Amino acid sequence: MNPLNPAASATRFQIPDPIRVGLATGWKVTDASTLTANQTIEVDVVIIGTGAGGGVSAEILALAGLSVLMIEEGPLKSSSDFHMHEADAYPALYQESAARKTSDKAINILQGRCVGGSTTINWTSCFRTPEATLKHWQQHGLSGYGSAELQVWFELMERRLSVAPWRVAPNENNNLLQRGASKLGIPTGVMRRNVKGCWNLGYCGVGCPTNAKQSMLVTTVPSALNHGAQLLVRTRAERFNWRNDRIETLDCTALDQDGIQASGIRIRVRARHYIVAGGAINSPALLLRSQAPDPYDLLGKRTFLHPTVVCAARFKQEVNGFDGAPQSIYSDHFLQTQAVDGPIGYKLEVPPLHPILFATTMQGFGAVHAAMMKDFAHTHAMLALLRDGFSPQSIGGHVKLRADDSAELDYPISDFVWDGARRAMLTMADIQFAAGASSVHPVHEAATGYTSWSAARNAINALAYQPLRTRVVSAHVMGGCAIAEDEHHGVVAANGIHHQLQNLSVHDGSLFPTSVGANPQLSIYSIVAKLASEMATRLTGKPAPVPLAS
Amino acid sequence: MSSSTRRSFLKLGLIGTITVAAAGGAYRLTREHSTMAAHPYKLDSNAKDALAAIALAFLAGILPTGANARSAAVQSSVSRIEAAIHGLPLAAQQEIADLFGLLTLAPTRRVLAGVSHDWPEASTADVAEFLQAWRNHRFQLMQSAYQALHALVFASWYANETTWTTIGYPGPRTLS
Repeated sequence: MNPLNPAASATRFQIPDPIRVGLATGWKVTDASTLTANQTIEVDVVIIGTGAGGGVSAEILALAGLSVLMIEEGPLKSSSDFHMHEADAYPALYQESAARKTSDKAINILQGRCVGGSTTINWTSCFRTPEATLKHWQQHGLSGYGSAELQVWFELMERRLSVAPWRVAPNENNNLLQRGASKLGIPTGVMRRNVKGCWNLGYCGVGCPTNAKQSMLVTTVPSALNHGAQLLVRTRAERFNWRNDRIETLDCTALDQDGIQASGIRIRVRARHYIVAGGAINSPALLLRSQAPDPYDLLGKRTFLHPTVVCAARFKQEVNGFDGAPQSIYSDHFLQTQAVDGPIGYKLEVPPLHPILFATTMQGFGAVHAAMMKDFAHTHAMLALLRDGFSPQSIGGHVKLRADDSAELDYPISDFVWDGARRAMLTMADIQFAAGASSVHPVHEAATGYTSWSAARNAINALAYQPLRTRVVSAHVMGGCAIAEDEHHGVVAANGIHHQLQNLSVHDGSLFPTSVGANPQLSIYSIVAKLASEMATRLTGKPAPVPLAS
Repeated sequence: MSSSTRRSFLKLGLIGTITVAAAGGAYRLTREHSTMAAHPYKLDSNAKDALAAIALAFLAGILPTGANARSAAVQSSVSRIEAAIHGLPLAAQQEIADLFGLLTLAPTRRVLAGVSHDWPEASTADVAEFLQAWRNHRFQLMQSAYQALHALVFASWYANETTWTTIGYPGPRTLS
């Protein structure tokens, strides 16, 4: 019986899909793959990308009464489409089917490509920009971004996206981090999450099926559409046409229904102001394709990833790492054991364990891999996110264009970073044995399972830390259009406006001068809220609107 | 393979081949083989044979035991792999086309993969040895090819719901 409508026959209760509802009210949304003729569109502001930065910008500027066009390369998918199957989600919602890699193929990058961007597929973890990060940015020539100045923006976006500490019991996969760390005297904390009425399912990474996750897809983008904004999906921004210090137009191509090939239809956009919010890698690539002015050779450089290493472990009890909120426990301890610009520090978290993600991450094949997979329900995994970009020995990667003009990140992993990988593996194995693991499995091609801490420690110290041999992944892409007051050090100024193109702004994670040192979504929301609000005032002459919680 | 192609391949020698391939597209050999892959990329029957043999080796230990069931499971995986390739950007599809070009040419299959028989006749032990050799290869190119095949095969296998009972994964809850 459907408790909401006892008179209804026994049909399955359907979770309302706010996107379908909105489309039925007449939202101006076009799937460019259905277009049969070229288009020219003129608006006040065009925003490329509907992720953390694009969504926040769109809402504020639409609320301010400006005509806004959002351009999104990915498709518009929503809760009716989210059936919690990895095989559907990775090609539909992620960049390059969740297999985007750095040039040498050593780092696998998870980044979104859909309405809502990476916020539609992230694991809901919210952290304010750490104090040590903000201090470092200040020391390196960025004022106005101290924690006192940013507090109002953190609070605004925390309210807007229902960010709150997770009060439900952590799942066993997370508990093992807490328990093991506690035994070793390593402090842990409980995360805050951008969720409202979360069902504690654990499928945030393949699209939240209940709309509890307060991603851009169900918050700022609908709000912008409700206030007259337009949205064009399956549309790839190709290049800006600019002259002297102004952009004149933006050229886009429509993609086919499969989202891979161009359909042949072209769209030209003319706007008063252009906002690039495609995320790191994509935003610098767009500016590279546009041959945007880059007099100090900064564009695309200093792109950071929080390079992440993984250690799995098997337990006698069921862990069921696919069940329950994916991330709820963390430790920042190893970010604080040395100076921010000293030996690379790392943040400890756990990932959700889903069959495809786990099977493709674990090394090996045949009988050994099969044995690991058969024990899936008893398997835990831990992540160490390395805080890159602070030491002079960690300069990150640079974005370049392939022969077909598509974006590629070249991120050579330095010995400085490998040293952090080794130390992080030791920490993770130590915590896992302290939590009672029966065997620990560092994810490295030369590693096997170890049943004692001493065996694991010796093995981890003896491993050759090299690309492709060590599994390195990334779910956080940052930098490449750095923000700095001085044009010698930044692509954009402190107000987000490009130093050489006066009607172009960057509003996404590519702004960061270093990695964030924390899961970046809240930093992007808050800093972009500040930049977009200032832009609204500049363009309208009126105080900026304040978005309210959904 | 035409005689002129064979001559140019042999002239390059193994080291030269790797250098050429690493400098240009990932696995591309001589100019004769640098045709752009059509989209959507179709696996020809030789590529499917190679993939089936490779899948049998990767999935040893988790495959069903009966010969018919195993064959059906592998064919199903190969189909899923083809569909997965279609979802990749064109640059990645081209790399995969080049990789299969390399794997299905008898001389390179023999020299680079060490597999002397045609793929349907290759023993699982021989294929496993080739995979292990590429996994630990001196050249990053071979290592990255191994990783690409590993990802394609295991993603396709565990995309199939019928495999979930073997790993104790109940699947997502129904929401009603």
